[in-house]
Amino acid sequence: MNKSVSQTKDIDWWFGMALSLLMGVAALLLLLIIVFLTNEAWPVLQGGSWAQFFNADGWYPLENKLGLLPMLWATLAVSFGALILALPLGLGSAIFIEYYAPKFIGKPFSSVVTLLAGIPSVVFGLWGLTKLVPLINNIHPPGASLLAAVLVLALMILPTITLTSRSALSSLPSHLLQNSAALALSKKSMIIGVLIPSALRGIIGGVLLALVRAVGETMAVLMVAGNVVQTPTGLFDPVRVLTANIALEMAYATDNHRAALFASGLLLMILVFCVAWIASRLSSGETNGYD
Amino acid sequence: MSKGLVTGNAYTLGSIEQGEPCCEAVSHFSIRDLAVSYQQETVLSNVSLEVYKGCITALIGPSGCGKSSFLSALNRLSDMVPGAKVSGDIIFEGENIFDTSVDVRTLRTKIGMIFQKPNPFPLSIRKNLELPLKEHGVRNKSEIESKIFDVLHSVGLWNEVKDRLHCSALSLSGGQQQRLCIARALILEPSVLLMDEPCSALDPISSGIVEEMIQRLAGRYTIIIVTHNLAQARRIANYAAFFWMTERVGKLIEFGQCRPLFESPQHSLTAAYVSGEKG
Amino acid sequence: MIDRCFTFIIWLTAGIVFLAFGWLISEVVVQGVGKLSWSFLTDEPARSGREGGIYPIIVSTLLILGTALVIVIPLGLGSAIWLAEFTKKSSKRVQSTRLILDVLAGVPSIVFGLFGYAFFCGFLDLGFSILSGGLTLACMMLPILIRTTEAGLTAVPNDWRRAGAALGVSRTTLLWQVLLPYASPAITAGLLLSIGRATAETAALIFTSGYVDRMPESLNDSGRALAVHIYDLSMNVVGGDKAAYGSALVLIIMVVIINLSANALSEFWLEKKINRLQ
Ligand SMILES: Nc1ncnc2c1ncn2[C@@H]1O[C@H](COP(=O)(O)OP(=O)(O)O)[C@@H](O)[C@H]1O
Ligand SMILES: [Mg+2]
Repeated sequence: MNKSVSQTKDIDWWFGMALSLLMGVAALLLLLIIVFLTNEAWPVLQGGSWAQFFNADGWYPLENKLGLLPMLWATLAVSFGALILALPLGLGSAIFIEYYAPKFIGKPFSSVVTLLAGIPSVVFGLWGLTKLVPLINNIHPPGASLLAAVLVLALMILPTITLTSRSALSSLPSHLLQNSAALALSKKSMIIGVLIPSALRGIIGGVLLALVRAVGETMAVLMVAGNVVQTPTGLFDPVRVLTANIALEMAYATDNHRAALFASGLLLMILVFCVAWIASRLSSGETNGYD
Repeated sequence: MSKGLVTGNAYTLGSIEQGEPCCEAVSHFSIRDLAVSYQQETVLSNVSLEVYKGCITALIGPSGCGKSSFLSALNRLSDMVPGAKVSGDIIFEGENIFDTSVDVRTLRTKIGMIFQKPNPFPLSIRKNLELPLKEHGVRNKSEIESKIFDVLHSVGLWNEVKDRLHCSALSLSGGQQQRLCIARALILEPSVLLMDEPCSALDPISSGIVEEMIQRLAGRYTIIIVTHNLAQARRIANYAAFFWMTERVGKLIEFGQCRPLFESPQHSLTAAYVSGEKG
Repeated sequence: MIDRCFTFIIWLTAGIVFLAFGWLISEVVVQGVGKLSWSFLTDEPARSGREGGIYPIIVSTLLILGTALVIVIPLGLGSAIWLAEFTKKSSKRVQSTRLILDVLAGVPSIVFGLFGYAFFCGFLDLGFSILSGGLTLACMMLPILIRTTEAGLTAVPNDWRRAGAALGVSRTTLLWQVLLPYASPAITAGLLLSIGRATAETAALIFTSGYVDRMPESLNDSGRALAVHIYDLSMNVVGGDKAAYGSALVLIIMVVIINLSANALSEFWLEKKINRLQ
């Protein structure tokens, strides 16, 4: 018995070493992404020249005018527009599934929403391009516009909001429901006054997740937004977002132009990082608050 | 209870020979100045006591006074707990278990442990018993079979499960699961059994069965058992150690033979606790 | 009265959501089903994809996915096991690793595409190829897979780890014999979810695996993924709508099947956990 013990004595050590090697490779690879992007973007970042992204008037890469601001505004407009639209719809559907739907509707409804969360963005784009854009074009040409992007994106992030809000609502302790029932609150006041506030952290977490997805979405927005570089002033303006800009120009960009595209990739990463940071602050607050 | 089968209605106890009666006090564990802290916060300090071979030693005291922490220092399971730090000496079979030369896994095969909540692996009953055996180098089929038979017999589980050794261990009742866990610990032929409230998650009948089984294991094994059931401690233990918390640090208040400790405690705290006034 | 109103609004939102998605899905099904046929799945595309089928594109998609999985499964599972079972949760190294993972899990796929284009295609000189595309996808899936696998392992009750340790069983044995089998449905579900995402991916592939719609002969050939095909047909090919919808239907069916299996597995796992609680 003892003999074999000494034989296998270090198996944990060996296996742990092998695993940490794998982790090392993975971490290096991921670190490499950040390092490499920064390196490629360096020509336009060094010596404070990154300020041109916010000073230059407009995006004319051939004339070395590399203003990212119009596209940053477009990204924010599209993302928040989609959020404003998707939030009430998503939250409403979550409330519907949890508290209003009869069982035979609620269950299929929520499983369908789960599946919708997996629909490829290019399919949303295809539908937006061939159905929605012509429709908007009838109202106000050219059709491919901020509005189209907002609508398509809202639909895309809706399942995320519904699913996360729903799971936040359904994990509320049941005594909340019983207490408010005992107070003879109406269903509406119960939901608005008690349940939603109690689930607020979870709901906001889901909203932030959706926001990350909206900011990072490329294909669907590219296909319906019209892709004209300009600061959006109206819903029917065609706009170009940061992600779409990368996808559109990467193929032929050189020198500073190329570096600027990498820099905008970094900018996207920073945006996402900020949202993720807020989300993690919220979720760490959660454990302090309740546990 | 000597040799032979004792048949109850729900279980069968095998023919375990009870070992030498616990009269000669031979030290099995010597614990000196043991202290345990979690994240630099001391929860147990200054514990020194002897655990005698073949005897049942009961650890009693209120919740949170560090009994479990004490127990898990004895087989160095405390190594696994993040932030846990143990100081002091524990001499087990002539060797300090904190010496760097000690192989923890070999140590743990000599010291079996039973937890409060039965924790059989989510495998078949047979696999539960085979896993530790194979891990420690027993490959011979017939040897494995006979060991499985022996330990299941020892814990009185054989007749209940002999036809369904391939079934999931989780399909057993709580009491059966706990006895399986004891069997799993016994199969490595340890000399010590550490038991952390082994009956408190069980219903009274299963608890009675397990208690009786523990009594029959005495003599062959050195048993250290944490229990909140004072009557149980009194019934089964040869020695008792009473822990108490002062200023959130657990201390050993009194240690001695079980009956004197219960009947004429030396310390007023012990007296108050065993009479049910405190704790 | 107000209560009635609220009820009405809730039903209305659900109705709107239902109608919007109903419109989208029915559009894809109605437009796509005419294209769908055996020959569509087994023919080469003709006239830039307006006619013919999508056989080489399906093959390329599977090859890209396969390449990504070959890389990501050992790296992802190994890293997750290391994080969950072989580290102290509080150590600096682990926490910084987690931070990197969290940031990268949220990074837009086009940024991964950018990286793949510059690093795999350019720096490593792999060119537009299935290999580049697969490697890029692997980078994208890695943080997600690590997090889901780690979550699956962390959810395994600690009781068994203590039981194993108390028996002197090595962590490695315990992992293979007890923890991984128990967590396998959760891990598989996480894997399937990330496969679903990868299948749906376009932005990371346009500049890495490329556009070529011929049958790839090796992993060094460029290969067009299904999602890229849909994008190309709808944006760059006049009159490609019908074929785009046909391909979209195929893609949706693939993704739905993957996600349904993931859901079924997670539900199975939840049941297992609940049974254990009783
Ligand atoms: N893993 C741990 N981390 C931090 N504190 C712990 C941990 N385990 C136990 N403690 C603390 O140590 C003290 C003693 O616990 P324990 O040994 O379980 O006592 P008992 O078994 O007598 O109830 C308690 O105050 C408990 O909160
Ligand atoms: Mg305890």
